[in-house]
Amino acid sequence: MELKRVVVTGLGALTPIGNTVPEYWDNLINGVSGAAPITRYDTTLFKTKFACEVKNFNPEDFMDKKEARKLDPFVHFALAATDEGVKDAGLDFEKLDTNRIGVIWGSGIGGLKTFFDEVVNFAKGDGTPRFNPFFIPKMILDIAPGHISIKYGLRGPNFSTVSACASSTNALIDSFNYLRLGMADVIVSGGSEAIINEAGMGGFNAMHALSTRNDDPTTASRPFDKDRDGFVAGEGAGCIILEELEHAKARGAKIYAEIVGGGMSADANHITAPHPEGLGAKLVMTNALRDAGLTTSDIDYINVHGTSTPLGDISESKAIIALFAENAYKLNISSTKSMTGHLLGAAGAVEAIAAILAVKNDIIPPTINHFTDDPDVDPKLNLTFNKAQKRVVRAALSNTFGFGGHNASVIFKKYQE
Amino acid sequence: MSDIASRVKAIIVEKLGVDESEVTPEASFTNDLGADSLDTVELIMEFEKEFNVAIPDDQAETIGTVGQAITYLEKNVK
Repeated sequence: MELKRVVVTGLGALTPIGNTVPEYWDNLINGVSGAAPITRYDTTLFKTKFACEVKNFNPEDFMDKKEARKLDPFVHFALAATDEGVKDAGLDFEKLDTNRIGVIWGSGIGGLKTFFDEVVNFAKGDGTPRFNPFFIPKMILDIAPGHISIKYGLRGPNFSTVSACASSTNALIDSFNYLRLGMADVIVSGGSEAIINEAGMGGFNAMHALSTRNDDPTTASRPFDKDRDGFVAGEGAGCIILEELEHAKARGAKIYAEIVGGGMSADANHITAPHPEGLGAKLVMTNALRDAGLTTSDIDYINVHGTSTPLGDISESKAIIALFAENAYKLNISSTKSMTGHLLGAAGAVEAIAAILAVKNDIIPPTINHFTDDPDVDPKLNLTFNKAQKRVVRAALSNTFGFGGHNASVIFKKYQE
Repeated sequence: MSDIASRVKAIIVEKLGVDESEVTPEASFTNDLGADSLDTVELIMEFEKEFNVAIPDDQAETIGTVGQAITYLEKNVK
């Protein structure tokens, strides 16, 4: 059976550095940080007091007040990004076979705020279980693609992918697979996350995973810098419309890039720490390249996972050198988490958008906040420190690694007939 | 309008996102005000909280309109 080709025909983004794709991209290539003191709750007793929050966002711009009240913020974010993605793709669902349009959406945790609020409410009572009837359908992670399908009447494949910080990359790979197998014409894919609340930040703080640079939030996310001290939490959503090539051509859709490969692997090592030599990271990139039928010399840009944690950045850079060998030094590499913070389950989606636009626009967004070289990072790697760089990008690879040892990578290539 | 009636209406306007003019005594939560089964459960819970009463399930099932809610609460709220 011959596999079909799959292209990107629409993008939507709601991020800490921009509530639309044009604004997000503009701030990416200008090196803008989205970090600031947390506004959502009182941080007095918390070790980390800042994060990359989505700003100036009102869910009622995308749904009525009654609907907004019944949805967790991670679904508000999903519907906002999807609104932009669907419009950008020019999808007119009245004229398309909606039985063949699916939604595959990732999130790492789902409705954490809803769960937290309901349990706190229960704990304040006398033990009588007075849970809101919307508690479960508001919290469950798969409700995001559920709501997207209900809003647009999309009756194709519909589910969520969960692999912590690799979740939305897994959503893209699953979407790619169903489309190339001919099981759908279009899939609305991506992911969303909303964990900037007491439970999310308290939990990650307890793991010592977060930066505590409270005196200087905008420089706290500094991947590959010697003085990095943990990741900066982010939130938001990314929507990527993937479409079978002939279907896209038939309706005259604009094409951003072609998705040509997906790779998956597991570290099988530790629940949260990366494999010290980056074995799982090397394997996932190997698998993605093999799936794409490309070699290391075909890749011009890697949007790395690069969370700004002491261990993760080192093992990922080792994995790149182990796999790419001499070609590792010809690449551009950057961690856009230096600007957006870590969107966890939505990271794969928003970083795939960065990779897609790098391929389309031939610009590499930078790794900002580089001050001091880390002796454990090979200085010959071009980590695109501090300033965007122009270069032709034939193909870009985006890495994501999740707690549990889940690794997922995707490759986007310039579209050619 | 009694105090209970106005508080009941305010809850319905807030929870169902409807206009106050639609909240007439005959209005059915599901047929006229756009509530689904979960909305109805939530409304009953809000009444319980607002008026500090416990509405047993078999009683809750008999409350389907704005008027029925007001009548029930006027009778049972001390």
